[in-house]
Amino acid sequence: MSSQQDFRAATRQWLESNCPESMRTPMVQDEIVWGGRNPSFKNPDSKLWLERMADRGWTCPTWPTEYGGGGLSKDESVVLRQELARINARPALTSFGIGMLGPALLEYGSHAHKLEHIPKIVRGEIRWCQGYSEPGSGSDLASLSTKAELQGENYIVNGSKVWTSYADKADWIFCLVRTDFDVPKHSGISFILFDMASEGISTKPIQLISGSSPFCETFFLDVKVPTANLVGRLNEGWTIAKRLLQHERTMISSFGLASGQSDRGGTTSTVASVEGAAMHYRGDKDSLSDPVLRDEIAQFKIDSEAFAYTSQRSIEESRQGQGPNATSSMLKNYGCELNKRRYELLLKAIGSQGLGWEGEGFADDELLVTREWLRSKGNSIEGGTSEVQLNVIAKRVLGLPDILSISKK
Amino acid sequence: MALVLSEDQQLLKDAARNFCQQRSPLNVLRELRDSKDETGFDAAIWKQMLELGWAGMAVPETYGGFQFGYGGLGVVLEETGRTLTSSPLISTVLICATAVNELGSDQQKASLLPAIVGGELLMSLALDEHSLHNPSHIETTASRTSDGFELNGSKTFVLDGHVAKKFIVVARSSGDRDSKEGISLFLVDSGSTGVTVARTRMVDSRNAAKISLDKVTVTEAAVLGDLDKGFVGLDRVLDIARIGLAAEMLGSIREVFERILEYLKQREQFGVLIGSFQGLQHRAANMYTEIELCKSVVRAALSALDDSEKSGQGIAELASIAKAKLSEVFMLVSNEGIQMHGGIGMTDEFDIGFFLKRARVAQQFLGDASFHRDRYASLKNF
Repeated sequence: MSSQQDFRAATRQWLESNCPESMRTPMVQDEIVWGGRNPSFKNPDSKLWLERMADRGWTCPTWPTEYGGGGLSKDESVVLRQELARINARPALTSFGIGMLGPALLEYGSHAHKLEHIPKIVRGEIRWCQGYSEPGSGSDLASLSTKAELQGENYIVNGSKVWTSYADKADWIFCLVRTDFDVPKHSGISFILFDMASEGISTKPIQLISGSSPFCETFFLDVKVPTANLVGRLNEGWTIAKRLLQHERTMISSFGLASGQSDRGGTTSTVASVEGAAMHYRGDKDSLSDPVLRDEIAQFKIDSEAFAYTSQRSIEESRQGQGPNATSSMLKNYGCELNKRRYELLLKAIGSQGLGWEGEGFADDELLVTREWLRSKGNSIEGGTSEVQLNVIAKRVLGLPDILSISKK
Repeated sequence: MALVLSEDQQLLKDAARNFCQQRSPLNVLRELRDSKDETGFDAAIWKQMLELGWAGMAVPETYGGFQFGYGGLGVVLEETGRTLTSSPLISTVLICATAVNELGSDQQKASLLPAIVGGELLMSLALDEHSLHNPSHIETTASRTSDGFELNGSKTFVLDGHVAKKFIVVARSSGDRDSKEGISLFLVDSGSTGVTVARTRMVDSRNAAKISLDKVTVTEAAVLGDLDKGFVGLDRVLDIARIGLAAEMLGSIREVFERILEYLKQREQFGVLIGSFQGLQHRAANMYTEIELCKSVVRAALSALDDSEKSGQGIAELASIAKAKLSEVFMLVSNEGIQMHGGIGMTDEFDIGFFLKRARVAQQFLGDASFHRDRYASLKNF
């Protein structure tokens, strides 16, 4: 038996005896475990599951054991993922620490930074948020103006961030700040970490077109940050920032947004699949009676399948080390556009029952479709707009001349 | 399912690429067109392709083939697609050798397959009867005689029909015009009494033929596969052919896109390279993404063909996904190929137009995108 088969057998056995039964059911939104200083576990099994997985470092399977990670090879982590999927295990921990900060810190952080922060990410003890976008800096992120000025042993941070997911619930923030105003915009940015409990920080939730959201505005007024919290070198934060954005795109894909699944999944409701919904609301039995919609749905599903094969291929290629680096941009862009198409088709499929806002007259899953459709419009904006992703592909993959070179400053 | 080429497939692909680029560049097709060549392909190049074993790529060793699988034939087709190589590879090898291998009796296989692999026999499938692909709509009749059948009807879009020595004729031995029941396949010599072949020159400079069958008699031994129940087998053969054709289309698509990129990096207007215009960059990036999707679909479909555990339903879905997707993207890329080259793209002297022409023929052949979306929806029960 190969060592990989051994690993699979051992993993399967361990999961059998350690994954609680209730953790083998589809995830419910309010039972997602985000961790943090004051974690909430609506289901007590979630706590047990997190502790058991974190003990083995399997919340972050490929991270080094030195910092509490699982220390698995890529192949082993694939096996683990397959075995988790086999029993429909819920993610033990969901966090921006795992998906975004951790990988960047492992690449660019000092040993001290890693020792301090990585184990807590693995165990879900600290919940992180991302301080990137600002009111005046969206797609042109590098124009950001939140500033950090050196004063003795501290930086004094002033400014504001926007679209900070869960800023009101996070314990720490990884934040882009301007540390030099007199150089080209990309060369004066630094990457710092600080405690959200620091004095001078306030947050305000943002209401979206789809209703309430995890997004916040975050304000900094003379916030003191020890200089030791600078990651990488002063004024060289843009490199880390870009790398982290790649991880973010990959994370967005792994959330299922860009998985190529043409169904909404995890539900037996009549609106689980577009074609199922279309037939249900028309009273169709054998085939969809609206030929135009049928063609559109077929096209959508074919594109979804093609996209799922492409995601799968990019995993196979990255294992063989031959994948293009900007693949994350391509997957992010196409996956998000697909998701928007899915919801437009769902609305067509359901008709006026898919247009309720609240209250009587609509089933819960119908009301959810309305909100999800509205929310999906943000998919191609957050994590870099589709247009920015296309710029990245044109420049990094296709090698076309840089259109931004004329507006560098 | 392997979505990345194996080492052997990669080596084969590199070799095929070298061969096509050196021996069979696009100019060969242009010369065949301009000289109004009788056969429509270059016999010397075809002979070399036979020597490379391309005609036996997916044929079992028992019948003189090389058992390299459809994955092997697929990478070869992809490379011939890059140079728009015109050869009997699709009509004879991809379609007819597959039909004989999938449906034939041991005797039929033993007599036909080695002849195809050796290049002595060119064959063609006579299926379509109207200008739109609809494989269960068969009006050509096969009526019982004392010792066999009599065939009557007409066929169109028969690839390389003007040079084929043998046809596989799809005919109705029973049932209604549109029924999937009652369809049978017959091996018919092109020289048989009552067979009339009229060559049709297609816009892509390849050839097809219209065929009429007037009281053509064949024996019982000419039936290929099950009598009256030929549709299921035919559909499987067509699926393999659709996937192989998609592989060829992928090669053409990639070639057009590379030519576009090269031009965007070299053509200057308004004092800058036109490739610096965002209006063109985003279109290029979108094409790139669509082409990546095409690659994945073709790889998935080819590897499914070589996977003995894959169900017929699974193959059928992949074939329709591949043909629908590749048809759409070939249309997109070939149209952009003209537009992004501007005026020079409209001239016959420039090669890009050949791809536009090939795109439309390849799209139509064996079902266009809307045919396959409809088929996919039916396979998925909606």
